[in-house]
Amino acid sequence: MRAGDLIGTDRSSASGQRREGTAADIDYAWQVLADVPDPEVPAVSVVELGIVREVSWQDGHLHVLVTPTYSGCPATEFIEQLIREALEDAGFAEPQLQQKLDPAWTTDWITDAGREKLRAFGIAPPVGSSSKRSLLGEAPQVQCPHCGSEHTEQISEFGSTACKALYRCRDCLEPFDYFKCI
Amino acid sequence: MTKYDELTEFLLLLGDSAMVQGQRLCEWCGRAPAVEEEMALMNVGLDLVGQARNWLEYAAERINDGRDADMLAFRRDERAYRNLLLVEQPNGDFAVTMVKQFLYDAWQYHLLEALTESADEQVAAIAKKSLKEVTYHLRRSSEWMERLGDGTEESHARMEAAIDTVWRFTFELHRCDAGMQALAAAGVIPQADELAQRWQTTVADVLEKSTLTMPEAARSFYLNGRDGMHSEHLGILLAEMQFLQRAYPDASW
Ligand SMILES: [Zn+2]
Repeated sequence: MRAGDLIGTDRSSASGQRREGTAADIDYAWQVLADVPDPEVPAVSVVELGIVREVSWQDGHLHVLVTPTYSGCPATEFIEQLIREALEDAGFAEPQLQQKLDPAWTTDWITDAGREKLRAFGIAPPVGSSSKRSLLGEAPQVQCPHCGSEHTEQISEFGSTACKALYRCRDCLEPFDYFKCI
Repeated sequence: MTKYDELTEFLLLLGDSAMVQGQRLCEWCGRAPAVEEEMALMNVGLDLVGQARNWLEYAAERINDGRDADMLAFRRDERAYRNLLLVEQPNGDFAVTMVKQFLYDAWQYHLLEALTESADEQVAAIAKKSLKEVTYHLRRSSEWMERLGDGTEESHARMEAAIDTVWRFTFELHRCDAGMQALAAAGVIPQADELAQRWQTTVADVLEKSTLTMPEAARSFYLNGRDGMHSEHLGILLAEMQFLQRAYPDASW
């Protein structure tokens, strides 16, 4: 598939340059999305972050369901714009993006590859699975992404963004972000 | 003053309260006692503004007169705002800010938890999303209650004074009118008395741990946010919050 080979039909367009999408096109759309970085953590893609929930064909358009990480995440609209641009560049005509709130995003949806990339980027990935206990309970045992030590402490419940907390390693003494479990 | 259908009025209560509380928290920007605390206050504020947008978008969809969530937030006058009186009160010192936050968090937490099972799908979806964030908020403000209440002589005295200052506005958290009774009967929102009981239990528990006194249940008085009868503080807050959209309508970036 090359850019410019428009996939999808537009009812308002009478030109015959567009064609209806197939299952292979949906696979291709997922590949394209796998290269769209999260603007705040460019090491991971929107797919690895688990915020792309569904890709399908509807009424001749590629239809993408996206869920926000936090209600107030200021990157939500920017992410949608990046997704739209990437799909258009890949030849998808007028992709339709829709926000889906339920089920609410959880860090459990971050893929294993995504977790590894977070660690390599210097952000400790979420520990364990999300549960009411993890939201109400004590700070978890977080591993330092720099030296691997578990001898770490929380400095602040909030870090550079709402999704992260600020930690410090007591062995290598480096501060680091921890991707909170929600 | 226009009154909308029951559900829309309720959405405005939730959305406007989150919006005003978020705006109040943002007033701490550049003034918080520590950098970490400033980030926390801003992040909680951001969560609330995001939640407000979700509620107001749904309200705008139901009002269906061409206004979107931004227009509802930035072009309505104080008489049209339906927020709780509690959240429009000035921040005062850090004790007042935290007591307000805690009383509001406890209300949000129990209300949202019940709303996750709302008969209205969109209400349930927004509640599920918000509840995760509010669970965090409640934990954080409860910890501050304990640290300050059971802290030094001065922090304890300031917390007692803060409770005295804002407690009277809590009557509104449990106020139930005919519209809300109808919504509760339809399974869209929880019963007011059940909710009041859960709030009471949480607040009593945290105040006890914090060695603070729980006042008697507050009685209602002449002001009432749900009918747009606000204290003088809301107008000033809105004047600042809405300035840009009033001076340069439809400005965007
Ligand atoms: Zn380390």
